[in-house]
This record gives sequence, C-alpha cells and structure tokens, in this order.
Amino acid sequence: MDEEYDVIVLGTGLKECILSGLLSVDGLKVLHMDRNDYYGGESTSLNLVQLWKKFKGSDNPPPNLGSSRDYNVDMTPKFIMANGTLVRVLIHTDVTKYLYFKAVDGSFVFNKGKVHKVPANDMEALKSPLMGIFEKRRARKFFIYVQDYNENDPKTHDGMDLNRVTTRELIAKFGLDDNTIDFIGHALALHRDDGYLNEPALDTVKRMKLYAESLARFGGGSPYIYPLYGLGELPQAFARLSAVYGGTYMLNKPECKVEFNEEGKVIGVTSEGETAKCKKVVCDPSYLPNKVRKIGRVARAIAIMSHPIPNTSDSHSVQIILPQKQLGRRSDMYVFCCSYSHNVAPKGKFIAFVSTEAETDHPESELKPGIDLLGPVDEIFFDIYDRNAPVNEPSLDNCFISTSYDATTHFESTVEDVLNMYTLITGKVLDLNVDLSAASAAEE
Amino acid sequence: MASSGYNNLNAKLVLLGDMGAGKSSLVLRFVKGQFLEFQESTIGAAFFSQTVSVNNSTVKFEIWDTAGQERYHSLAPMYYRGAAAAIIVYDITSTDSFARAKKWVQELQKQGNPNMVMALAGNKADLEDRRKVTPEEARTYAEENGLFFMETSAKTAANVNDIFYEIAKKLPRAQPAQPPAGMVLVDRQAEGTRASSCCT
Repeated sequence: MDEEYDVIVLGTGLKECILSGLLSVDGLKVLHMDRNDYYGGESTSLNLVQLWKKFKGSDNPPPNLGSSRDYNVDMTPKFIMANGTLVRVLIHTDVTKYLYFKAVDGSFVFNKGKVHKVPANDMEALKSPLMGIFEKRRARKFFIYVQDYNENDPKTHDGMDLNRVTTRELIAKFGLDDNTIDFIGHALALHRDDGYLNEPALDTVKRMKLYAESLARFGGGSPYIYPLYGLGELPQAFARLSAVYGGTYMLNKPECKVEFNEEGKVIGVTSEGETAKCKKVVCDPSYLPNKVRKIGRVARAIAIMSHPIPNTSDSHSVQIILPQKQLGRRSDMYVFCCSYSHNVAPKGKFIAFVSTEAETDHPESELKPGIDLLGPVDEIFFDIYDRNAPVNEPSLDNCFISTSYDATTHFESTVEDVLNMYTLITGKVLDLNVDLSAASAAEE
Repeated sequence: MASSGYNNLNAKLVLLGDMGAGKSSLVLRFVKGQFLEFQESTIGAAFFSQTVSVNNSTVKFEIWDTAGQERYHSLAPMYYRGAAAAIIVYDITSTDSFARAKKWVQELQKQGNPNMVMALAGNKADLEDRRKVTPEEARTYAEENGLFFMETSAKTAANVNDIFYEIAKKLPRAQPAQPPAGMVLVDRQAEGTRASSCCT
C-alpha cells in the first residue's frame, strides 16, 4: 500500500468504478479502496440476508421468501436506455463482455389516476387511450415532426430554429393540451421538472428521438434494458476493467482518511495506519463529508411481491412514471419493478421500488400514490437518504467528488456526472462515438 | 456459463489461487503454448478462450483470470457467477499457497454454483527439489472435497493440457449452471476489431 499512485478512488459505487476503469485504461496508476467488504457502495445489489440486516436489523429473513442468494435487490434501482450514454460507455470500454442484458417489458405513465402504456411514435399515439380523438391526431403530427427532425437538414425543421424556439412554443404550434405535454415531457423526454418548457426545444426533441430509437432497438415493450443479476453487476464489471488494466483493489478498508498538505492539496489516503500517496482522489460524498453539502433527500420503498404490478400487461419488468402534476408535487415519482426474469429474485417473486425526491418531513407517506399501484406486497421496506453534492474546488484540492444518485429510474443523470468528472480529472473529453448499430443484441 | 449446442459446449472457467502460484502461466501455456520465466502480474488480459475436443464434441472454455483482484481478497461475486468449472492453483514449493488454496475452495463452495467441476492443480511440479507439499496430502484433500487433482508444470507443460481436457470430459455430465437467457450487447465474434478501436 505504501506506494505512490496517480489516483486513489474511494468507494466502489458505479460512478467511481466507471471512472476507475477509464483512468486505468488511460494508463494511470490507480488504487481503488472501499470501506465495505462488498462492491457497489450505494449502487450495490443486496441478497435477502443483507437486505434484512440493513432494514430489519436481523439476519433471519422468513424462509417462505426463498433462498437468500437468489435475491439481488438494487439499492439504486435504474433502467438503462438502450441507445443512451451508459450503453455507449459500456461499448466504448468493451465491458459489455462481462454482462448479460435483457430488455425491459414495459414503460408506463400514470395519468388521471390510471396507468397507461407510454406511446412513443405516431402509430402508438393513435391507439393510446391517454388522448381524445382530436388530440390523438395533433399528437400524431407532433410525433411525425420529431421522428423526421434531423438537426443537419433544415428541410425537416419546418422553419423553426429549435435552438431558439422553446419547448412550450413548439408544442403550442401543434396545439397539444397540458395533459399530453405532461406525459411527453416526463415519460418520454424524461424531464424531472417542468423547467424544460421554457428551454430551447432541441433538447426535448433529441430526448424523444432517443426514447423512440431505443424502443425500436430490441423490439421490446420499452426502450430500456437491464442486466441479469441486477445493477450491482455494473460496478463489478467496471472494477474488473480497471483491474485488468492494472488497477489495485482493496475492499474492507476501514477509515480511508484523505490526507492534505498545508496548501490543502491531497497527498494521500490513510487506512489501518498505512498511507498510500497520490496526486488525486476520486470518491463518493461519504468519504469527504466536509467537502459536500446536502442538496436533497430520496425517499424509496422497496417491496417484495408475488405478482407483477397490476395494469401493466403482466410485465415482469416495468417502469411507471408518475409526473409531478398528476400528484400535485414538485418532483416526479418513479415505480420500478423487476423479477426472477432478470434473475434478481427466486421464481415467482418480484421486487418493486417506489422512489421520489422527498418534499416533506414524512417522506414515507409521500410514496403512497406509487405504493398504491403495487397491489398486495409480501414485505415492504423504506429507505430514506440524503443526496449530497460537492462544494470543493477540484483545481485547488485535487479532490473529485461524485454527486449522490438521484431518484430517477434511468441512468442519464448518472453518466452525465461521470463524464463531467472524467473531463475535470483528465482535461479530456471522452469520445463516445461508438457504433451502436454494430452492438445489436446478440443472443448467446 | 455452460451452454450447449448439439456437439459443443461453452463453459466459463475461473482460476483461483494465490498470487505467484502460476495461474496466468497455466493459462498462457494452455492457450498459447508459451512460458515466461518472469511472468508479470496479470495486466491487460483477463479473458481467454480455447477449444478442446472430447470424444465427438467440443468444449469452448471462456477462461477468466483474476486480474490481480485476489491479491487483497477483492474478487467480485461476478467472477464466480455462472462458472461451470474452476481450477484452484497452488505452488508445490509453498505450504502457504496450499493452505490458501483450501481457503479458495471454501470460497468457491460458498459463492460458486454447486455443480461446478473443480480441479486442484499443484503447479511448479518441475521444482521437485524444493517441494513442500506432497502429492498424497493434496490428493487426499481433493478427494475429501470433491475436486480432482493433478500436479502441473506450466514451465515443462506437464499435465497442462491434461487438466483442461479432464475438466472438459467431466463437464457434459455436470448440469448447465444456468439456462442462458440474456443477451450480450456486443457480438463476441466482432470483439477483436472493436477492442482495437477502444480506449486508445
């Protein structure tokens, strides 16, 4: 341990493991440590015994739930957009070879008290019970405009400069009502609040295209994919990449105290009386609590069930977005469910999560509208945690701290943070121009 | 993950054992027919494949090396996941490495799938004059724990192909680890070309 490293990474959450992998591949000498004796930190997947220990303080889960090792319960449940940036990172690094994926069955949205399939294109818009007959036609025109829109071909722009026109103005041109705007903005474009309405429309149009292209990619019922055995596989796969390129791994290292010189610059990390020297530290917020501030709180319910979520066409894996407006909230609520079909539970069992950004001092009760969609549950747990973001100046102290995972059930914000950190650490921009079409899902 | 076609089987095989026992050397000897006297700690390679013919069928081994993650006991559960076979390697000139091999067997029994084919390899068998672990002792341990045992030498190639061949023979009788249900995002056929364009 008493060597000098270019970078010491603390915590084996997904963000830290992707960075560790990218930095090792770049030829940097990386030491990666975690205070826990398992990989994944906040983005690990727990077996049943671990789940019971964490939430019930006992290591004796009821035997009727099946074998502990058949469970992989995500602590930060998210789905992967099939054509999204995480898939680009996976292909760029060739980490895909360690992982098996399966498409996610369904993508739904909560609207006026009911759960509906999210329509993604003009044909689906015509069939969707989300809209009345005239609204369907207007929505169809809007979907066709978005599908045909090509940033480099002004003929497809219909005379509008989407860098200037706001989303609100674009939608007004097609005459869509608030209800339609709501599901398009939150369930298709995956905006987390309504700020996008006043932003240039290009971003929203690109997000809608990403959704539609991802949906077309694997011919499933959703634009999402998810790894067999749960998301905890992802940090492990990137850690393996880092190790293959020379990264050194140490789990179960207590303390991990970051050491500074008089100027406040990082000089190393101490654990169990030994100090490893380094030029830079990359870590999650829990390793440098004095350099982060609380930016919010996530409220999450975790349920073990013996049936799929009602009204989702028997989907064995599904996302339901409950837009803020539908609930009279300031932030969206997300329902996420997967099951034995992705090897995260024993045969016949389903794991459902309801997550949102906490807005009150009673976050558990805020989750009720989502929990109400689940039907009867075998067991339910509540996980409430603070979200932190760095407040330090990395150019002064050489500490690069990730932001806590948010409540969203997709990875777009996660990867954005990683790519920004990579640029801050190395001064380089990661080139993610990979050939997505070459990476069609090969059946093994 | 062991998955079978008509006459061929894909099998994930993992290597375990202490640093310096010769895990990478065994693989290099088996896959490339090479031996390096001063093999560096494993860097840059973590995934080999090699096909063995047994009777009328072939077994394509996907061999996972530890990539050094065993050094501080930080192997990820993913490493064991779906493995159809394991070779636990120790160095016959080191009683410590034999003791550690037993720990790896325990770890496998905990983490691995119960039908896994396990082989115990007493490596560096060419160093007879420095021997500290007798073949009898190792064989007895192996028999008691459901492993099969061979002494190997990556240097002279003794028993190296044999141990993989023996595993291949035992495999078809073992239950497939898991029905292969998922998809990989990148076709492995095209892996070589993509790897060269990646991360440079």
